[in-house]
Amino acid sequence: MRTTTTPRPRARATVATLGAAALALTLAACGGADEATPGVTAETVTIGTHQPLTGPAAAGYSSISAATQAYFDHVNAQGGVHGRQIEYVVKDDGYNPANTQTVVRELVQQDDVFAVVNGLGTPTHSAVLDFLNQNEVPDLFVSSGSTAWDDPEAYPYTFGYNADYHVEGAALGRYAADEHPGETVCLLGQNDDYGETLLEGVQIALGEDGVAAHETYETANQDVTAQIGALQGAGCEVVVLGTVNGFTALAVGTAAQMGFTPTWMAASAGGDYPTLVGFLGEDLAPVLLQGFVSVNYLPFGPGGDWVELFSAVNDEYNAGAPFDGNTVFGMSVGYTFVEALARAGEDPTRESLVAALESGDVVGNGLAPLAYSADDHAGFTTAGITVVDDGVQDFVGTTYRLDGETVTTTEPQVPAVEGEGVPTE
Amino acid sequence: MTTDRRRVRRTLLRAALLTLLAVGATFLLDDYRNYQLAVVAAVFCATAGLTLLVGLTGQLSLGHAVLMAAGGYGYALAAAPAAAAGLGGPARFAVGVAGALALAGAVGMLLGLAGARLKGPYLAGLTLALVIALPAITTEVPGLGGGQGLGVPFEGVPDALRGVVGVEQWHAWIAVAVAAAAVTPLALLRSGRAGTRMRAVHGDETAARLAGISPARVKTGAFAAGALAAGLGGAVLAVVTQNVSHGAYDLAFSLLLLVAVVVGGLGSIGGAAVGAVLVVLLPWWIDLVVAGVGLPADVEQRLAGNAAVLVFGVLLVAVTVVWPGGLSHALGGRVSSLARRFRPAPHVPPTLTER
Repeated sequence: MRTTTTPRPRARATVATLGAAALALTLAACGGADEATPGVTAETVTIGTHQPLTGPAAAGYSSISAATQAYFDHVNAQGGVHGRQIEYVVKDDGYNPANTQTVVRELVQQDDVFAVVNGLGTPTHSAVLDFLNQNEVPDLFVSSGSTAWDDPEAYPYTFGYNADYHVEGAALGRYAADEHPGETVCLLGQNDDYGETLLEGVQIALGEDGVAAHETYETANQDVTAQIGALQGAGCEVVVLGTVNGFTALAVGTAAQMGFTPTWMAASAGGDYPTLVGFLGEDLAPVLLQGFVSVNYLPFGPGGDWVELFSAVNDEYNAGAPFDGNTVFGMSVGYTFVEALARAGEDPTRESLVAALESGDVVGNGLAPLAYSADDHAGFTTAGITVVDDGVQDFVGTTYRLDGETVTTTEPQVPAVEGEGVPTE
Repeated sequence: MTTDRRRVRRTLLRAALLTLLAVGATFLLDDYRNYQLAVVAAVFCATAGLTLLVGLTGQLSLGHAVLMAAGGYGYALAAAPAAAAGLGGPARFAVGVAGALALAGAVGMLLGLAGARLKGPYLAGLTLALVIALPAITTEVPGLGGGQGLGVPFEGVPDALRGVVGVEQWHAWIAVAVAAAAVTPLALLRSGRAGTRMRAVHGDETAARLAGISPARVKTGAFAAGALAAGLGGAVLAVVTQNVSHGAYDLAFSLLLLVAVVVGGLGSIGGAAVGAVLVVLLPWWIDLVVAGVGLPADVEQRLAGNAAVLVFGVLLVAVTVVWPGGLSHALGGRVSSLARRFRPAPHVPPTLTER
């Protein structure tokens, strides 16, 4: 029986050997070239990002990178930064940490990007945090409110951007205490760092037992009836939402069906009114979201200079895509990167980029200046309260700042738009 | 007996040669391609086990990714406490691998016991259910990190080799070595008596039982062997990416593994290697092509991720129509007929007893 199979193993070994050799050759044939500073040439600066263009988070966030790209197009049309055009490589990770690991390696090792800017998502970005810092790649303005990015000792190349969920939770908690004294405050949160950290933030403002009921949901399960029922049963009057936009809409809609109408207070990641209108519909949204409270740290009120600039850029370079909080966010990130790159010098290096940020000169365009320093890599620590009234979401003027464990009231100080909105030096 | 020893020696020699060749190849590759090589090696561990399972014993597993996931989680659960206890280097790696083997082996054993009792579509259904249940399991069982998954301690380059090899190259070495350790026993099983028993059980269970073979034991054994190999693959992936999460082991990946072994050639270890290369590199090649063609951004966005699945489907149909034996069979046939032309006919023993 074996006799007939004698030649087979040898043939197979040959195949395997040839296969391995062929693989090695094709792979070696397309190797990349080395440069002094990766991603920087005389004419261009190439940066990259990982974004959920497909998958569960795409509906809420896929427009961010398009907005950033539009802002960079605007900057490039003005001559770029120090004469260099900005090339922005966007890779889709489908909001799946396993994909993030692959695409970020591709960005760093194959596309030779100068920096990773605005990588989106807590679970996804956590997966590449070590990799980026081991390879000394500037990891700027992570698009997530996790507190994990502010750890300069362990992660010297990583800089947060969003007001973290402690800041947002504390602001919401304090606002609830100020405007709705004596009411029962509850929380519905995503079952991960996002929901948990927001809960901690609310507890900073209200104390350990300040949250009467706490429910969580899984993004894999598109049904929150049980959680809403429990909150209704617990007699909640204020419900803080540690949800992404899709689940904010789901929670508000489900509660309305059950005749439960508390005051909703959402973190910025789940409180973008135009996005929520997309989920709930033009006719229902103004009714369901009347009095809806959210936080924001970027200038997104009707009629502001920044909104005017960004909507002009949006019309010209983003094909007039719907203008919402994601647009402002994406463009503000682009603005802040250009500011950092301009300050990194005529011939930027990864070190000079990090040094420019740590010098504290890069302030961004938020309600309060970014306070980066050598031992502080957090982004915004100030958040303003917005309320939806008659289908318009605007700041009410109340602004909170979290300093350690204390929440204080401050005044917003949005920088003025200068020139064409392209920072130089 | 002597022929058996010669067979083992020849398999080991071949494995050592291929391992050396792969390690040598890492010097030709840049960082990203070394990373891809490591992923190929990890996937190869799983496809090699799967091809035995499906090709030799005829047990259809649609959830083979779960066994890889078990290996990854086993590694993370064992290596993280070891790292916390101050263990480092090879010792920590060994603890992690032991964890991976334990968890993947346990899951594989349970599946194997079920496999011995369930036939065809029922076993396929069970494994399918398992891969669909994986996200629920990891989010509901505390300590598995939910959707975010678990972090895995970083395995840096040892001091002695620093400056000579990079991190990715070192990880590729680890991956190749583990793949060799996982696949060589499978190759030995396949070409030895165990392989004959598997074929016998696949061919006719009643006849096999009459010949004194226990189909239940053979099937469970095949499942366990495949599970251990897949678990090692999962451990390698965990080390290379420093993370394990259920997102990496979804249904699509499970099915891709199965497509890979069918396209490569069922039952053939070489085919499993070809399949592993396809699983890792095909989506990447397609992305390169899609990006190179310069399609409008929205079309490109829609194609991302979907084009690879489409090409895999087409490939599966094409290969099963043109070369029913799979790619390894097609290539192998051509190579061996070519080799036969240049080589004197191998010595054929006059009687079977001589072997």
